[in-house]
Amino acid sequence: MQASSVNLPDYEQFCASFSWAQAWRELAGMGDGRLNIAFEALDRHMGTEVAERTAIRFMPRDSQTPVDISYRALNERAARFANVLQDLGVRPGERVYGLSHRIPDLYAAVLGTLKHGCVFTPLFPAFGPEPIRQRVEIGEPAVLVTSERLYRKKVADWVADTPSIRHVLLIDQLDEAPPGTEDAASLMAAASDQYATRAMDPEDPALLHFTSGTTGKPKGALHVHEAVVNHHMTGRYVLDMHPGDIYWCTADPGWVTGTSYGIIAPLTNGVTMVVDEAEFDAERWYRIIQDQKVAVWYTAPTAIRMLIKLGPELPRAHDLSSLRFMASVGEPLNPEAVIWGRKVLGKPFHDNWWQTETGGIMISNYASMEVRPGSMGKPIPGVEAALARKTETGIELITEPDETGELVLKKGWPSMFRGYLHQKEKYRNSFVGDWYLTGDLARRDADGYYWFVGRDDDVIKSSGHLIGPFEVESVLLEHPAVAEAGVIGVPDEIAGETVKAFVALKPGYQADERLRKELMGLARKRLGPAVAPRQIDFREELPRTRSGKIMRRLLRARELGLPEGDTSTLESGGAQ
Amino acid sequence: MNRDELRKAVLEELSDVAPDIDMATFDDRASLQDEYDLDSMDLLNLAAAVHKRLGVNIPDQDYARMRCVADLLDYLQERV
Repeated sequence: MQASSVNLPDYEQFCASFSWAQAWRELAGMGDGRLNIAFEALDRHMGTEVAERTAIRFMPRDSQTPVDISYRALNERAARFANVLQDLGVRPGERVYGLSHRIPDLYAAVLGTLKHGCVFTPLFPAFGPEPIRQRVEIGEPAVLVTSERLYRKKVADWVADTPSIRHVLLIDQLDEAPPGTEDAASLMAAASDQYATRAMDPEDPALLHFTSGTTGKPKGALHVHEAVVNHHMTGRYVLDMHPGDIYWCTADPGWVTGTSYGIIAPLTNGVTMVVDEAEFDAERWYRIIQDQKVAVWYTAPTAIRMLIKLGPELPRAHDLSSLRFMASVGEPLNPEAVIWGRKVLGKPFHDNWWQTETGGIMISNYASMEVRPGSMGKPIPGVEAALARKTETGIELITEPDETGELVLKKGWPSMFRGYLHQKEKYRNSFVGDWYLTGDLARRDADGYYWFVGRDDDVIKSSGHLIGPFEVESVLLEHPAVAEAGVIGVPDEIAGETVKAFVALKPGYQADERLRKELMGLARKRLGPAVAPRQIDFREELPRTRSGKIMRRLLRARELGLPEGDTSTLESGGAQ
Repeated sequence: MNRDELRKAVLEELSDVAPDIDMATFDDRASLQDEYDLDSMDLLNLAAAVHKRLGVNIPDQDYARMRCVADLLDYLQERV
């Protein structure tokens, strides 16, 4: 593609003239300053040529024949779902949770929920029952949308104890809905395919995304309808989506990337999005890119590293010349992966950085800008980023290049989270003055490119997903043999980090292989494979502070042979 | 090695990778991903364990074909 047809041909110039008011004007809006994410994704296209365009190209797991769903058909399907919510007495503002594999009606459910003014929360289907239940208890949804299999395996045992859930809607093909559930397809078939999408205040909640912290339960980051301004803008100018492009975001819609860039941004930009029902399969992926002529591909470092591991023969056996722009997010993309992309696929991967709280891409490499392998790029137009060091009274910004500091963002961008559900203080503590503290450490080179350095807390990032050590430790502590548990991330060639647990046993228990397997089994059953530890080591005791907190930082330093740093708060008994 | 012996070895390795699976009621035809919640990293670990135990290298591009234990046994039987 020629630079002239890139949506953002000159980064500096674009930033200088950009305003969020201008980005607002690229949306249709619903009058009087009101809007709705679903309106921008679907309704606005009705009556235009986009209506007959394919919105979802669904790749069924067991078939090579894609199923195309047009914008019009998706809009009608979403309208049916909105009508189902209305008919069931679900009120705007109430929450609807989605727990499903990637099937078209999940997308209809998300958009129907937004049409009706309800708040949607995605849940990752590889979660075990415990993370699902925790998130349900915190967010108290009125409706859970799921599949028969996931319901039976992960929800049925405890759902009766969660009074907030009034309806469990099953969206897969069913012969008969189990007791306590309803068959969404039948309800949708009986509902009207017309629904007047509700005009929302820009500050009305739209999405609740959960993320993990170092301590305590997961945090529910609340996003509002105005976030769509950011989704649309970054889809167009950062991911370089052009109307009619074939676009593939490989992230699961159970996470924020799969929602912001796997549903919203592609639809507001009128592209055709590939939705693959299957899990990672290198040959299948290359075949999809080739056969579907994917132009814009947004994927993640773990997947890229798996592709690299499989060697250059597979990609060379496929025609991947349709690829115009490739981007990556989830964790820092190693420089070799960028170079591999260039060498083997003919294009570099453009790394970008954002997090659940930011709602959309904040820092990125751009189509028209030189990619610096290993760098997350430069802030998007309209976002002011800086590095800060903490002081006794607050923070001070770092101006000199190549100094490490905490990455901070000036508040005010449209997709910024507006709160942590039920945790006002935690939300307040995320800001100092006008600056949002991201918890990520970074440095900035003399040319303004940002480089990720690490987290300033104990959160683990595995396959791009944040895992809170506390959640894992809590489950291990449920086992009668476990006295103490400390959980850290250890480097992994493919996943970036994997979860490792250290366990000290109560007197009378034997640290052996049988017990290790029992603990692994318990953790996997409760947490699911994405969150459970891959390794468990036994220790006589774990290093603790004098106040009794497990020093995960020290566990990690000892495990990896790193300097132990400040150990002045270490309780003497746990020194080794 | 006959199929029963092969199955015993594979299930032992599988139970190391995913100790949450109840082997007493294990269904060879059930999907490892859907029914037993194995993710792609589990499948990689299983393939590595099978390689170590039986000496059969499962090329990376074949990982994804391991839908169920019956598939894996078919694959291994031809190669052990």
